[in-house]
Amino acid sequence: MKNRVVITGLGIVSPNGVGVEAFHSAIRDGTSGIRHFPELEELNFSCQIAAKPEVSEEQKRKYFTDLQLRNFNSSGILYGVMAGMEALEDAGIETAGKNDEPLWDLGIIFGTGTSGTAKFREAIYLLDSGKVKRLGSTTVAQTMASGISAYLGGMIGAGNQVTTNSSACATGTEAILMGYDLIASGKASQMLCGSCSDDGPVVWGGFDAMKVLTWKHNQDPEHGSRPMSATASGFVPGSGAGALMLESLTSAQERGAKIYAEVLGGHVNNGGQRQQGSMTAPNSSAVQRCIKTALEVSGVGGHEIDYINGHLTATVKDPTEIRNWSEALDRKGADFPYINSLKGMIGHGLAASGSMELVAAVLQLHHGFIFPNSNCEDLHPEISAIADRSRIPTQTVSHPLKTIAKASFGFGDVNACVIFRQNSI
Amino acid sequence: MTSEEIYTKLQPIIAAYLPEDVSAENIKKDADLTQELNINSAHLVDVVLDVEDAFDIELSNNDLESLRTVNDAIAIIANKVEN
Repeated sequence: MKNRVVITGLGIVSPNGVGVEAFHSAIRDGTSGIRHFPELEELNFSCQIAAKPEVSEEQKRKYFTDLQLRNFNSSGILYGVMAGMEALEDAGIETAGKNDEPLWDLGIIFGTGTSGTAKFREAIYLLDSGKVKRLGSTTVAQTMASGISAYLGGMIGAGNQVTTNSSACATGTEAILMGYDLIASGKASQMLCGSCSDDGPVVWGGFDAMKVLTWKHNQDPEHGSRPMSATASGFVPGSGAGALMLESLTSAQERGAKIYAEVLGGHVNNGGQRQQGSMTAPNSSAVQRCIKTALEVSGVGGHEIDYINGHLTATVKDPTEIRNWSEALDRKGADFPYINSLKGMIGHGLAASGSMELVAAVLQLHHGFIFPNSNCEDLHPEISAIADRSRIPTQTVSHPLKTIAKASFGFGDVNACVIFRQNSI
Repeated sequence: MTSEEIYTKLQPIIAAYLPEDVSAENIKKDADLTQELNINSAHLVDVVLDVEDAFDIELSNNDLESLRTVNDAIAIIANKVEN
């Protein structure tokens, strides 16, 4: 018998809003977090626009001590800690006191693609000039992949499993499903799940070199990220962090915690880089299988999905994704569920994208609205042939939602899909 | 440089690495850096780097090994500054 799992806390550090309250109004208003970065222009990037959260010193110091900020240069850990601690606070969970026992039933699955790239860059320059000693005591903690879960674990006093997962752009969605499994199987009662990604040229450069970023909107950054548009020309790189506090229904009820939604279940699989799948392209049969299995284990039929939070990056693969949803759910035309992509506002947050989009999805489910799809007034004809225009709103729609799906896909042919239901407990 | 001058210059360097519940007033000359001041032992290497910058000296692995108290630090620094 599986434990039921609910969401009791949210946290986010997004390019268009730091903190859940600011982010909630930003997505309702369709506020863009994409800007032009002169640094990228100086470095000869083809794509000189990107998305990066604007964090004030005050916000930073709410979670970090002066000592922790000494020689600190890891933007992903900064964003992840802020989002993670906000989710914990939002759930009304206290950290363990310094001399208390750890919180044995609270664990952390907080993913990232790569950690502390700016710190690592500093270290490489010092190493190459023979100054290994100058790396100091925190280079390891900031550059190890599990840096983010280790920072959060120490701040909270988590005593259950504390780890970092990594599955490219599916990282955040995978994290929540890993946390879900631990609670459903009774191994933990509270799991802080999320993901984060560094900002900056070191992370974004490889994508620029692959020519998967748009180079056509350096002069009008807010129109650069165009998911589902006929004029989509590549994604806009981003950064940030999102976090969700997952909890067993029993634990949440005992604490009298606020419940945002129930996690009904989900699925993670891989296209094996076979058929049309590759390191960078999805195998559609695996994507459809992932969505169908997520529905099946959640006990939900395709006809019950009211809304889809898509992966939809603004590349040539967007029509393929819509086709996969349509076939997996067996829905099309005016019967297609509402769908949107957060990437129109904040670009592609890479490893952080899944968790930031999950926070957006849960807010829409909880408050009953669909945020506007930015920059897709000119819907791609292959998409309008599958889903009716009305299902892809460009203005905010107030609409009660009951059951929703969110999927993320990533390099390595990874797929992850999760199903949520409005709290009716 | 007198040991008193070194002590004065050393205190703010050490203070940066104190845990939140230890006040800078506890940085007495005979205080043990990790045992009494509760400085995380990993941070001792950062204290040394800051000392090197502030006094324009370089500490060896042996120096680091013999560093236990504030007095040890003053002695190591005094020796290097003289040379």
